[in-house]
This record gives sequence, C-alpha cells and structure tokens, in this order.
Amino acid sequence: MTQESAYPWREEGATPFISIRNITKRFGNFTAVDDISLDIYKGELFGLLGGSGCGKTTLLRMLAGFESPTSGSIIIDGADMTQVPPYERPVNMMFQSYALFPHMSVEKNIAYGLKRDGVARDEVKERVADMLAMVELSDFGKRKPRQLSGGQRQRVALARALVKRPKVLLLDEPLAALDKRLREQTQFELMNIQDRTGVTFVVVTHDQEEAMTLSTRIAVMDAGRFMQIGEPAEIYENPATKYIANFIGSANLLPVTIGGKSNAVYEVLHEPSQTGFTVSSDKALKSGEEFTLALRPEKILIDKSPLTDYENQITGIVREIAYLGKLSTYRVETPLGITLEVTAPNQVRPKGTGHRIEWDDEVYLGWNADSAILLKD
Amino acid sequence: MKAKRSRFLLGMLCFGFAFLYVPIILMMIYSFNYSKLVPVWGGFSTRWYTTLFQSEDVWAATALSLKIALLNATFATLLGTLAGIALSRIHSFRGRTLFTGMISAPLVMPEVITGLSLLLLFITLNQLIGWPAERGITTITIAHITFSMAFVAIIIQSRLAGTSRDLEEAALDLGAKPFRVLWDITLPQLAPGMVAGWLLAFTLSLDDLVIASFVSGPGATTLPMLIYSRIRLGLRPDINALATIIILTVTIGVLIAGWIMIRQQRASAQDAEHS
Repeated sequence: MTQESAYPWREEGATPFISIRNITKRFGNFTAVDDISLDIYKGELFGLLGGSGCGKTTLLRMLAGFESPTSGSIIIDGADMTQVPPYERPVNMMFQSYALFPHMSVEKNIAYGLKRDGVARDEVKERVADMLAMVELSDFGKRKPRQLSGGQRQRVALARALVKRPKVLLLDEPLAALDKRLREQTQFELMNIQDRTGVTFVVVTHDQEEAMTLSTRIAVMDAGRFMQIGEPAEIYENPATKYIANFIGSANLLPVTIGGKSNAVYEVLHEPSQTGFTVSSDKALKSGEEFTLALRPEKILIDKSPLTDYENQITGIVREIAYLGKLSTYRVETPLGITLEVTAPNQVRPKGTGHRIEWDDEVYLGWNADSAILLKD
Repeated sequence: MKAKRSRFLLGMLCFGFAFLYVPIILMMIYSFNYSKLVPVWGGFSTRWYTTLFQSEDVWAATALSLKIALLNATFATLLGTLAGIALSRIHSFRGRTLFTGMISAPLVMPEVITGLSLLLLFITLNQLIGWPAERGITTITIAHITFSMAFVAIIIQSRLAGTSRDLEEAALDLGAKPFRVLWDITLPQLAPGMVAGWLLAFTLSLDDLVIASFVSGPGATTLPMLIYSRIRLGLRPDINALATIIILTVTIGVLIAGWIMIRQQRASAQDAEHS
C-alpha cells in the first residue's frame, strides 16, 4: 500500500473518494442545491457549514440517498451512487434526532444494520459488543433508548451508524442536541473515533466553531452554492468574501481605494477620512479599484502608550469593553468614523480592581500590512 | 361563596351523569323484574336471563354478530392501516387528493344511503356474475368493512402525521428494504393506533342496525336486528336482560382499552421527558 498523504486535497491529481458532480436539487420552484461540485478524499472529516436553509442538509440527504438529485451525479469510491437506494449504499447516517428505534434495546438498535446484511449471529454479537465498548456503553446494552441520557443516546446513534463499517459516515448536526460542556468533550471523541476507524466523515453543522475544530476541510454554503472550500485556517485567514469573513469569526471591514504599489504591498486610501493604510496582496490590483479591507479583531494590537514598529497605526477612544476572562474585546471609536473591534489576551493580572485599559481611555492601535486582507465583495 | 359555587357545580355534574346513566340503570334493574309487564315491578328474579340463555335465536344472532364484528375489525384494520400509511407516507401519487376525499366520504355518508347503495351493488353483482349467491354474513361483513375501514384509516393517518420519518429513514439507511421498514419500524409504532382502530371497527359493526338490515338476507339476523324486531312487538323483559349483558361486556372492553391507552401515554410521556 502506498503512503497516503495526510492532506490529499493539496496534491495535484489525487483520486477523490466522494465525487459530487454538478448536483442540482429543486423542490418545485425552489432550488435547494444549485449546480455544485465537490471532491472529498478518503479519511477526511469534511464539514458542510452554513445557516439554515442553505442546502447543506439537502446535500447530505442526497449523499445518503433519501433525495435524488434533479441533475448531476454522486460517485463514491468509484461507483456511481446517484440512483442507488439508501439501503444499498455503503453509507450510513447519524441523524440529528438520533432516530433510535424506541421499541428496541440498545443492542438491538446497533445490531439492526448487521442483521439486514445477513451477518452471522456470533459475528453480530461480537461486533455489537466492540461498538458498545468503543462508545463506553458496555453496561447499557439491554436498556431501551428512553432510559438513556442525551449524551448516551448520541453515542448509541454513532455506534449504530459505524457498526456496518460504512465507507462514508454522514453526520447531521451531531452535537446540536448536547449542552456546551458535553459538546466540547464529544467533539474530541468524534475526532478520535474517526481517526481510529479511518471512515470518511461528512459533517453538517451550522456552528462555525464546531466546523473549525472538527474538520480537515470546510465547505461554506449559502443559497445552495459553495462560497468557499478550504482548510479551517485557510478559510479563517483568507476568507473569499465579506460574508465568509463575518460568518467565520468576526472582522472589521473598511471600504478602501487602491493606490500605489511597492513589493506586493499596496497603499490604500479610506476616502471618507482620507486615511492611508498599507496592505499586502499577491494579486495584481489596479490603481483606483475599490475593495474592502478586512481585519480580524485579534490581529490589531492595542496599547495605552504610543506604538512603534507597526506599519499601520491609528488612535482611538475605548467605548465598550467585553471582559471574557482569557481575553477582552474592546470597541474603539476611531477618527476613521467607524468603531473597530479589537481583542487582546489578558496576559497580565491587573493590580487592584481596575482593568489595564479602561472605558474612555485613549488608546493606540497598530497592525502590519500582512495582517489585513483585501476583499472584492 | 366558594362552597356554594362548588355545590352548584356538583349538582350540575350529578344531573349530567343522571341524564346519561339513569335510563341504562333503570333498564338493568328491570331486567331483574319478575313481572312480564316491563314497567310493573313484580319482585327480583333472574328468570329472563334463563329465558335468554335458552333462546336459540339469541345465541345464533349473537354468534353471527360476533363473527361479523371479528372479521370486519380484522379486515378493516388491515385495509385501513394500509390506506392510512399511503395517505401520510407517500407524498405524491396521482389522484392523492381524490383518494383522501374518498377515504373519508363513508364517515359522513348517511347510513341509509350506504346501505341502499351496497344492496344495489350486491343485487347487480348477483345478476352479472352470480355472486353473492345469497345475502347474509358475507354481504354484511363486506358492507361493514367499507365504512369501518375509513375510521381506521383516519386514526392511522393522524397518528403517523404526528411522527417524523427519521426512524424509517434510519432503518432504510441501515440496509432495510422498504417492506422490511414497514414491518420492523412503522407497524410497531402504529400498534396502539391499530388496536384502537380494531376496537372501534369491532364496536361499529356490533352496533350497526341500518346497513345490516339493508344487505342482510333471510337467514342472517344480527343481534341488533333481532333486538329491533322483537322490540317492535312491544317491550320485552328478556331484551332488557340481553341489553344488560351487552352493556357489561362493552364496559369491560372500554375499561381495558382505556387502560392500554393510559399505559401507552405514560410510556411516551417518559420518552418525551428523557429527550
């Protein structure tokens, strides 16, 4: 067996495991999924991220076989699955509601899929026991789903979906029904299980933080189309559009006009305040073109004393402070006529009761040319 | 003030119950009347029960009614369940709206019309293909199935409308073919609805006088038909005895059905609590 790359999507000519080609799905006049194509590679934990009604669940249901696409095709591991019914696909799904069969015990729920495949009784028993051990529910096999807690039900659903060793596991909002602490813990469990089983996961979620932590790659969806597909860091640091910049994390957005250029660093002008900034970009931009400058709150340094060594510096007055413990978010009124959001870690324990930076303090803000990016729309 | 109002409410309650149950209780009391004249009390006796149990007519009619009710309830539940599933689970098929309307039509159709039209159907069929050769248990059962089925279909449909398709999709996803899903997942979910539907169809059939009178033949007399024909000749104490037995049987049946339903509700309330 050849050594498989940990990042197959980065390589030219790698063979995709799931290939979605020009898929469109219409319900009457409504287009839920609009002519999209996507390649997912073996062993990926792929995140489909978007708000409600963006088409992510429809896409997942087409992968499972519950909906058939209006046009386009789905290929899984070299076989065309477009017209294959759900019960013949090498794909299993974990439902948002978990959909555990209420009249069957936990064991019977997990064994159900194996029995449908005609697996020998002894093997069924063994594999169910293995799965129960994996999700740490060995003592709960005889219980009915209604006798389990939410987190336990979630794990039974996961075990039931994995026991058939599917080529692809589809997860519909797998953590949405859990409370915050359990969600964080389960995130890591999911990643562990994915790592151990080597099954390709496709996760649908509306929670951008969940998508960032879980996924090898994320596709951001809106109105039935992909806005951007990339690794979490790529999407965060290089959002394709203003929408994504704001959907994944938050960003300060400034309308600017391109000026001169030297060494891939452009001079841009914020016209309303006639303030100039520098931004690096490897794209060829024309002078006079209008762009939006996007700047993440944590990429701005905030200080009470004047800053040196920063390519862009402005002053401002702190109007609001949100203290979050490990970091604080400041809303700073600037001479640009807009309020900039800045976050800074609380590295030093403040002496006494006061914060280091207080309301109405005059502060200095600074960032480098490569901290900001230019977006077209 | 408060005591006054509650006394008033209690009075109304008693009045309501009296209105419902005094006639029935009176009839039960008179069934133990020795006198042959129904409204005249002649002392306690179980002679009418003895008469009743010795009457072959009554036994035959009871047996016939029970037979029809059992057959009817079983077939109506089967067909009605399938119709209910089709109505709520198959979302688009040609003529769906028409089907929905036609399923519920027997619910609002006057019994006289249903009975008459079925009678005409049976006569026509007899002339065309020689079946049914004579009217009796077969024709009554068919007639009862046609309208009880509609009730079952409505019960099943309303039960399915309230449940999500997730369970069925999960079973499909795990490799169960559609028929297997129906058997393993949909039907167990529907079991309480089917039991309720069966009981309803059973009682509807036992109760029916009008339709049975239309489609029955000379040899077949159901219990309601027997009672009605005897009452027409005047009040008879043995009919009181018969009615008492029927009421007791029905009461026990209703109590059992109620008990099953309460248990079901508790179980699903528990489900809801944990999710």
